[in-house]
Amino acid sequence: MSATPHAGAARNITAWNLNDLVEWDRRIRDKAAEFGLDCYPQEFELCDHTGMLGYMAYSGMPSHYPHWSYGKSYEKLKTLYDHGVSGLPYEMVINSNPAIAYLMRDNSLLLQVLTIAHVYGHNDFFKNNFTFKSATRAELTIEAFKSAAMRVRRYVEDPSIGVDKVERILDAGHALSWQCRRNFAIKKLSPLEQLARAEDTAQGRPDPFQKIHARKQIEVPDFHKVPLEPDEDLLLFIRDHNPFLADWEKDLLTIVDEEAKYFISMMETKIMNEGWASYWHKKILESLDMEQGLRLEFIVNHNQVVRPIPGQINPYHLGLKIWDDIYRRFTNPTAEQIKRDGPPVKSGTEKIFEVREVERDASFLRRYLTEELMREMDIFEYEARGEELVVSKVADDEGWKAVKATLIKNVGTNSIPVLKVEDADFGQNRTLYVKHDHDGRDLHIEYAEKSLNFLQRLWGREVVLETVLDGKRSLLCSNDRGFSVRALK
Amino acid sequence: MSGGDTIFREYRISDAERSDRSAGDRLRHRQKVRESIRENIADIIAEESIIGKDRDRVIKVPLRGIKEYRFVFGDNSPGASQGNGDSRPGQVVGKAGKDGPGKGDERAGDRPGVDYYETDVTLEELIEIMFEDLELPNLERRALREIQSDYSTRRKGYRKVGIRIRLDKRRTAKQRVMRMLASDKRNQAVERALEESKADREVDADDDVEGALDEIALEEGALDEDALAGSPGAAAFQRVRRRFPFHQDDLRYKHVEIDTKEESNAAVICIMDTSGSMDTMKKYLARSFFFLLYQFISTRYRNVEIVFIAHHTEASEVTEEEFFHKGESGGTFISSGYAKALEIIAARYHPSLWNLYAFHCSDGDNFDSDNPAALKDAEELAEICNLFGYGEIKPLGSRYYESSMLNVFRRIQAPNFHTVLIERKEDIWPSFKAFLAKDRVKEA
Repeated sequence: MSATPHAGAARNITAWNLNDLVEWDRRIRDKAAEFGLDCYPQEFELCDHTGMLGYMAYSGMPSHYPHWSYGKSYEKLKTLYDHGVSGLPYEMVINSNPAIAYLMRDNSLLLQVLTIAHVYGHNDFFKNNFTFKSATRAELTIEAFKSAAMRVRRYVEDPSIGVDKVERILDAGHALSWQCRRNFAIKKLSPLEQLARAEDTAQGRPDPFQKIHARKQIEVPDFHKVPLEPDEDLLLFIRDHNPFLADWEKDLLTIVDEEAKYFISMMETKIMNEGWASYWHKKILESLDMEQGLRLEFIVNHNQVVRPIPGQINPYHLGLKIWDDIYRRFTNPTAEQIKRDGPPVKSGTEKIFEVREVERDASFLRRYLTEELMREMDIFEYEARGEELVVSKVADDEGWKAVKATLIKNVGTNSIPVLKVEDADFGQNRTLYVKHDHDGRDLHIEYAEKSLNFLQRLWGREVVLETVLDGKRSLLCSNDRGFSVRALK
Repeated sequence: MSGGDTIFREYRISDAERSDRSAGDRLRHRQKVRESIRENIADIIAEESIIGKDRDRVIKVPLRGIKEYRFVFGDNSPGASQGNGDSRPGQVVGKAGKDGPGKGDERAGDRPGVDYYETDVTLEELIEIMFEDLELPNLERRALREIQSDYSTRRKGYRKVGIRIRLDKRRTAKQRVMRMLASDKRNQAVERALEESKADREVDADDDVEGALDEIALEEGALDEDALAGSPGAAAFQRVRRRFPFHQDDLRYKHVEIDTKEESNAAVICIMDTSGSMDTMKKYLARSFFFLLYQFISTRYRNVEIVFIAHHTEASEVTEEEFFHKGESGGTFISSGYAKALEIIAARYHPSLWNLYAFHCSDGDNFDSDNPAALKDAEELAEICNLFGYGEIKPLGSRYYESSMLNVFRRIQAPNFHTVLIERKEDIWPSFKAFLAKDRVKEA
């Protein structure tokens, strides 16, 4: 799913019909093909504002399992919309084959044309970027969500289960759903493969001189430890290692986990994806032979979507800036750049298509967000000091690298703490030992407490979480007696 | 782009209307909200002014129970964002605890603080939840929920204007006949016809009026000369009758006056000892007791006024907010509160015109030297009030003082004086009932 924010412009009275859209779509598709975009078949559905709010609450899915949090989300969106705090997106696209996009029927012809072009940008990105290719199977998306929805409804209606029990699991599942693997291009080893790797590692490398010096002692690792290697997939680990879960409970955990994994790709490529779609809607609309009035309307709307928003990072703005910069550097490098990087070996077009395939936000920013761009956009780092948020570093000679590092730490899944299951039988007590990979950022303790309670609910036994609080190694425990924090030595 | 043609699905109103897909989840969410309010009802009632307030008033209630928790980073995780072009280190860009500088909706959900929100509930809903929490019997609940003041009205004469429901048909018909007779244009035929059918006109006058009323505006005063010149007899009368429609001036309405009886005035005097600190539970207990009292009095009397008197060693009249939020330490002279009540009654609520209900909440602590004075004033209050009560609120576990006024007040003989001890919220309803059982309806 991906959505263009509404820029707050007054709506025109719509003066178009479906045939106009079909005609414009044909022209846009021809242009997209000419530029080399490679898309899934596309479907558009026109909807009104209630429909759009509904799709937004359910992440764009035509069918989705019920849970009160979506009702809450709907109410929140609707309140914000009714009070004019935020507008509605012009469109929403979901990553499926065929790709499905929703268009607001109240929008003007130009907005529809712009949106259609934008959607093809997302569509190409979904089909070609490695995060989507490795994490999701687009042709199954709709069916998978539909099947999950049916299963959950069945559990809710089952007299022996019911909504309360289902919510007990779903509430806990939702709290932990982002605690999963982030890069699906890296294969997860099965327990057997892990065992094989552990044996290999224990034996050490073959030593050609082993006859002439003392044989190195082989340290036998504990092959019975569960898990052999720290496991990031919290929900799946619980599903596979808590013997007291019923089948339907395991199924619910699977459903929540699958949905989270579907959205991880979206999260991981927000800046690239929006930048890419903006890049192509601009290029396509500029190449279409539009009359003056439409052209002006396009410029106004385009600039509203990709404008910088002080105090925030607008992914449309940042993404488009970087894509433009990559293209320019490879098409038309300055003398200084040639001196520094050598002459470009690829054309700008080749380069951007390569980048859209092999990067995600973190690597995209690391490789292509240059010092010049950071200065131009005035990206700064801020931190909390007492009651206030204060600028701590700006993109100057000394600071830009640190600012960039901070920015990268806040994009995609980097803004989610990494937790790994270390031991499922800690202290021979079936206590779940989880470790937080501390990277300088502490956990929010109130949230950690509640989330840990959810973890305990699913695990059924005591859970402990090792983390660092104010520079001290600490252990957060949640068990039948409640929650406690104690410092480790 | 090899795939088939793009598909466009047209918007259909019927589909859109049918697919309120989030209805079920919204309902469930509302239930969660209600549960959350219920869990915190003591805190909410302790903080909200509910006594004698408009039932449709909307109250903002913070929701704690339905946050969606996840593992997130805390305060020491710096963020990055874009500036105006002149950002300098040290600049203040926002408030901590909110999601980034500015609005920052892009990361909403990853950070704490954004999920906190309030919901609106009406006072009516809140009171309903309070009743559930206090375990009020259903039957009583209904009586208290609606203010059923006894509303007596009295007929008093007739007027030319009024609402249609009070139209007096017989009088209106009479007026028309009188006008017809008085009319210069009447002729013999009309008179004769009138005499002939006098009897049956009496009978169906009502129906006539009904039908004719609607025509008044159109046919005002339209009399046809030709018709009157026509043949005499019943046929002529029929025609003439049809052509002499009701006029606005014929209409007569019953006039009704609202009967104000002096006995329907009541004043509720809430006295509370604010010397000790009021914790949430005490506030909740006191406020819900006073609320019940006010609601109950409201069901019996039409005009109910309420007075709040807070006292420590001195007493003063305060608003409801102050009443529950004034925490003053120091000694206590219960007599000061009673003296103040007597003073207010003397000035504003003369016992011959007002039904007086006084209730005093205290933690039971009083200077011994004040006891005789308090006793005397209490007796005086019991004398002039319909009902006078003393409630000692001691939430369980807070009985650090063994001193209690209950023993002192035991000496009061008045039948309409009652003391209660409230230790937990379950006590409220039984003690309230016991208190009211002593109500003495004053003989006028």
